[in-house]
Amino acid sequence: MHAPKKEPAMSTPPRKQLVVIGNGMAGIRTVEELLKIAPDLYDITVFGAEPHPNYNRIMLSPVLAGEQTVDDIVLNPVDWYAAHGITLHMGKPVTAVNRRQRIVTAADGTQAPYDRLLLATGSQPFVLPVPGHDLQGVVTYRDIADTNAMIEAARTHRHAVVIGGGLLGLEAANGLALRGMAVTVVHLGDWLLERQLDRESAGLLQAELGARGLRFALSAHTAACLADAEGRVRAVQLKDGTEIPADLVVMAAGVRPDVRLATAIGLQCNRGVLVSDTLQTLTDPRIYAVGECANHRGMAYGLVAPLYEQAAVCANHLADFGIGRYVGSQVSTKLKVTGIDLFSAGDFMGADGTEAIVLRDPVRGIYKKLVLKNGALVGACLYGDIHDGSAYFELIRSGASVAAQRDTLAFGPQAATALAA
Amino acid sequence: MSIPIHPVSQQTRSTCPYCGTGCGVLIGSVGGQIVSVQGDPEHPANFGRLCTKGSTLHLTAAASVTQQTRLLRPLHRAQRGGEAQPIAWDAAMAMAAERFADVIRRHGPQAVGFYGSGQLLTEDYYVLNKLVKGLVGTNNLDTNSRLCMSSAVAGYKATLGSDAPPACYEDFDHAETLFIVGANTAWAHPILFRRIEDARAARPSQKLIVADPRRTETADMADLYLPIRPGSDVALFHGLLHIMLAENLVDHGYIARHTQGFEALQAVVAAHTPAAVAETCGIPVADLLQAARWMGGHTPTLSLYCQGLNQSSRGTDKNAALINLHLATGQIGKPGAGPFSLTGQPNAMGGREVGGMANLLSAHRDLGNAQHREEVAALWGVPEVPAQPGLTAVEMFEAAARGELKALWIACTNPAQSMPDQATVRRALERAEFVVVQEAFATTATCDYADLLLPATTWGEKDGTVTNSERRISRVRPAVPPAGEARHDWAIFTELGRRLEALLPERVAAYRPGVGTLFPYAAPESVWLEHRESTRGRDLDITGLSYALLDTAGPQQWPLPEGGGSHGQQRLYADGRFPTADGRAKFAAVAFVPPKEAADAEYPFSLNTGRLRDQWHGMSRTGTLGRLFGHVSEPAVDVHPDDMQRLGLTDGDLVRVRSRRGEVLIPALTSGAQMPGQVHIAMHWGSEFLSGRDAGGERLQGVNALTQPAFCPTSKQPELKHAAVAIEPVALPWQLVAMAWLPAGKALVVREAVAALARDFAFFSCVPFGDEGSGDDGSADRQVGVLLRMASAKAPEAERIAPLIAQLEGWFGVQASDTLRYDDAARHQHRAMRVAGTGEGEGEGERLQAFLMVGQVASQAWVRPLLQERQPVQALGTRLLSPSAQPPGDVVSRGKQVCTCFNVSEPQIMAFLPQCSGTEGERLGQLQGALKCGTNCGSCVPALRKLIRETPMAIEAL
Repeated sequence: MHAPKKEPAMSTPPRKQLVVIGNGMAGIRTVEELLKIAPDLYDITVFGAEPHPNYNRIMLSPVLAGEQTVDDIVLNPVDWYAAHGITLHMGKPVTAVNRRQRIVTAADGTQAPYDRLLLATGSQPFVLPVPGHDLQGVVTYRDIADTNAMIEAARTHRHAVVIGGGLLGLEAANGLALRGMAVTVVHLGDWLLERQLDRESAGLLQAELGARGLRFALSAHTAACLADAEGRVRAVQLKDGTEIPADLVVMAAGVRPDVRLATAIGLQCNRGVLVSDTLQTLTDPRIYAVGECANHRGMAYGLVAPLYEQAAVCANHLADFGIGRYVGSQVSTKLKVTGIDLFSAGDFMGADGTEAIVLRDPVRGIYKKLVLKNGALVGACLYGDIHDGSAYFELIRSGASVAAQRDTLAFGPQAATALAA
Repeated sequence: MSIPIHPVSQQTRSTCPYCGTGCGVLIGSVGGQIVSVQGDPEHPANFGRLCTKGSTLHLTAAASVTQQTRLLRPLHRAQRGGEAQPIAWDAAMAMAAERFADVIRRHGPQAVGFYGSGQLLTEDYYVLNKLVKGLVGTNNLDTNSRLCMSSAVAGYKATLGSDAPPACYEDFDHAETLFIVGANTAWAHPILFRRIEDARAARPSQKLIVADPRRTETADMADLYLPIRPGSDVALFHGLLHIMLAENLVDHGYIARHTQGFEALQAVVAAHTPAAVAETCGIPVADLLQAARWMGGHTPTLSLYCQGLNQSSRGTDKNAALINLHLATGQIGKPGAGPFSLTGQPNAMGGREVGGMANLLSAHRDLGNAQHREEVAALWGVPEVPAQPGLTAVEMFEAAARGELKALWIACTNPAQSMPDQATVRRALERAEFVVVQEAFATTATCDYADLLLPATTWGEKDGTVTNSERRISRVRPAVPPAGEARHDWAIFTELGRRLEALLPERVAAYRPGVGTLFPYAAPESVWLEHRESTRGRDLDITGLSYALLDTAGPQQWPLPEGGGSHGQQRLYADGRFPTADGRAKFAAVAFVPPKEAADAEYPFSLNTGRLRDQWHGMSRTGTLGRLFGHVSEPAVDVHPDDMQRLGLTDGDLVRVRSRRGEVLIPALTSGAQMPGQVHIAMHWGSEFLSGRDAGGERLQGVNALTQPAFCPTSKQPELKHAAVAIEPVALPWQLVAMAWLPAGKALVVREAVAALARDFAFFSCVPFGDEGSGDDGSADRQVGVLLRMASAKAPEAERIAPLIAQLEGWFGVQASDTLRYDDAARHQHRAMRVAGTGEGEGEGERLQAFLMVGQVASQAWVRPLLQERQPVQALGTRLLSPSAQPPGDVVSRGKQVCTCFNVSEPQIMAFLPQCSGTEGERLGQLQGALKCGTNCGSCVPALRKLIRETPMAIEAL
């Protein structure tokens, strides 16, 4: 629900200018939140590097898997911007910001003045600095262009290697496999998704993906991408000398906050633009930063839920209400591979001083680990049945004692309630 | 699962080895393997019927059971508590003979004791008796019949002059009044109860009076039920006689002609006014009057009784006081009348016939009678039979515990389960220098104490004769060869005798002229012929009987003297002449004495013990079949609802039952059969199935840890029917329940292994369950269930619990990849459930194959029936692991099994009953027609009748 755009009345004071750099989920979510609470405060201008309106980046994997189209995942079509009086510059990466004059300049020379500036530049895929990383057929997986490149490669080539067994890598691998490629995932860690899963649940995941035809090289260091005669990649070589045939190599070995512009304009950065609890950059209070490019209290989040929380606080502050404060997020993750349900949140590995409740149902491929500390739920790792994931997530965030429902907790908070009733 | 049907290539006519009813069986066998059993339609005890136990006999002889539970070769234990190692028969017998001869030489013959069984055949008994009393020269030979029938023997002898039940089964049909006292015939003698049901149907005027402290299924059938206080039987009988005298219901003519001692009895009875007796017995005066009028004035009257009278510190008095009633009314020696002792064991009668007890001699002769001793010595060809009475069962183990008996030979019985005051019994077994256990089963508690284990043959293999409750001698015939290296009991005794003769030459030298050996036997028949000769001229004279006649004319009642025709005598004392010095029966002017150990503030409950419908003794045989645990599945103490409430108990709560001698931990169950202040534990639950450790770390010894060794001064039978006990709830929060379907060839071994491990915890019970199907052993996928419960005050240490769980998971098969698990290590909670797909057709799906619950076990209440009833569980998913005592969703148990033969449950019956109309009998017929329950062995018919009475007809059916 968006507030209807009102025509500016002559009697009202001139509007302030808000410029948003980054037409992605974090930036536009902030705009949406702002329009909800202060629809008339700003004239808004949005610059986007990609030639697309705001789309749901996390749904690229279903697009790659052939389950959705690019059109399906557009969040805000072009006419949405128009309807809200937002000036949209698609395909225009911003190259300079004059902080003194408060003017933004894009690559094509387009300029826009601002009273407030919102940085939402997202992140850049990390490209392994190995020999051959720039060969033809070596791609990253970040945007619609990458996705289209991979879809195209799958049409004409056979073997793919995905470097990185994290969420993005596995989604890429799954999508490519569904498009008929023989895919091997090369992963540095001892198990897949080591930041989201424990070893046991990762084993279930690997078994499931293996059953779908994916192959895995774990604890594997990529040494080089090897070229064929035409300069296209032909194989990935591991440090132990193993060569894995590859006509397509997807680098999905992590992302880095995109702070190129922020650094260039003198904002203090350290693995992200440093921001306060109001999402204002520490260097320049007129400039805000949200999403993957921001570093809040040492954390740069790569997931959508914290980003939305940041957007709400940032919009509140932009609206001059000043009562919101962002104190960080508990994160939970999902893998967007159809038929595979996993969820994890908090300290699911179980640090010292924690206790674990583990439920296993190998028949249905279900694994649930709940980690408790001092009577409260501090972590959860679910595989196969994530029905109660959000309820556990709420419990983790609340920090409330679960001692009274401990014995039934693994069967869902509603089971605990039913038992107490 | 298909069950291959083998053609029965051989059919053998034999006798059931369970109770004293003595039913005939037809054993089907193929290639040396028993494959079927059915009732012998021609046997006059059962006319083709068998009870739940009898009809499953063939299953207990299945190869898988034999391989897992039978003692198949001689074993020697070099060190107590160590593993018994195989030893050759020859070496075993040489060792046994030398050790016994050595003790006899060093300490005299009184330093050895032999403890036998009412399940030995007459021939076994005969050789044993001759061995002990003729060769060894001691009367230290007693048997478990001492725990069973010795009060009946003493009661008969004290009044009628001889140990002879005067009536017969056919008398059920002629009686106008049936008085069942101290007997739960519906459970203990099911086939006799079928005959009683038939008699009641055919003779609607027949009245049934039941006197019993427990409202049993037998009591439920009664026209008049007298719930007398434990041990008040003599007061009841005297009170009845008091009323009969007052109302002139006695037969003064009979008293004058055929009895003596009535005046003395009258004097005793005078004080037993109806009001006093009603007070003593805890019953209404009106009921007492009614009973007296039916017994004295609604004749003929037949009394049936069993352990309720016998297992008492006043057992002989109780028997005699009941017989008084029959003598005073002349209700004896005629159709439908008499005091009829129902024998507990299959051959307690035969054992008495050969004199195989510490105070008896062959053919109903008395040890105390010098002439009898000389007669027997002459028959055997020995200089004399020792005059000193032998040690009876309780005395024998007490003497051994004191160190006075150095060597014990135990045959075909399990005193470490069945004797009262287990602490003393175990001490005896530990203290004896040398213990031989001659057994068919390797699984009994007593086997653990043996230095030498000798494998004996058992039902299906044995050859000889038995005598049932109505004095009927039947042949026991072998259908298959002995299992493994097992040998016949008579043959083992024969060999022992010959070896002892060689080792004790001075005794052989003293034999009368012409006697080279006391043991010239080549076959059971040669033994039996010698026994037959010993009966010549005695009350049980069978000189007219032979194996050949038994073959041609069938089982025969004694007496059957030479020239007495081809059939035995149905009833005794028809002419009013009794085998006493003056031919008159003697009234017993006994005083009423309450039970030995009165309940008091410290031990406020009266503990009764008794039999379950589908189990037998220590369960070495019935305990091998899961289906016989369908009726009563686990050990429990039965408690009146008010007492449950007072103690704050709900069903299944563990309680400590404590007497002055020991304790057991056992779940409590509400029972409508119990009176307040009285509790009951089935006699079967020995340490093999129910054990644990007390606070001091001592092993708990099963139900008979509680019972008392106090015995009747005359019969020496201990008072197993009453002990004062205390009951207190116990908090053993750490609990473990494991349950699994296991391959039939493995389940019993697993049960043994689990039991050995689990006995180290505070509480342990482990029982089989399941339904063995038609019992063909050829089916490889046949499965038997095992159910384990353990509990202790606190969780075992981490380093102990992990291996424990791993071991149990291995045994119960809960470690496979299809096992669902819930683990909360910090809370010591673990649940593992193995599901298996049946993969058979539509509607089939995952079934629970096994589970293990540790810590929180409340959900076993609904998980257990899912497993046991093989219900599909896929809809439940991980909720199977839920800890809740309430089942998730719509889990419905089939409920308690009522009919073992057709596996019909109580809810099924209750669902159908409202549609049945008419009289109780008509409704029973409709029920049987629709569900088949109670149409095979009929053992559940009393339970069905009870359900019928409790369930009204639906309105439309009225």
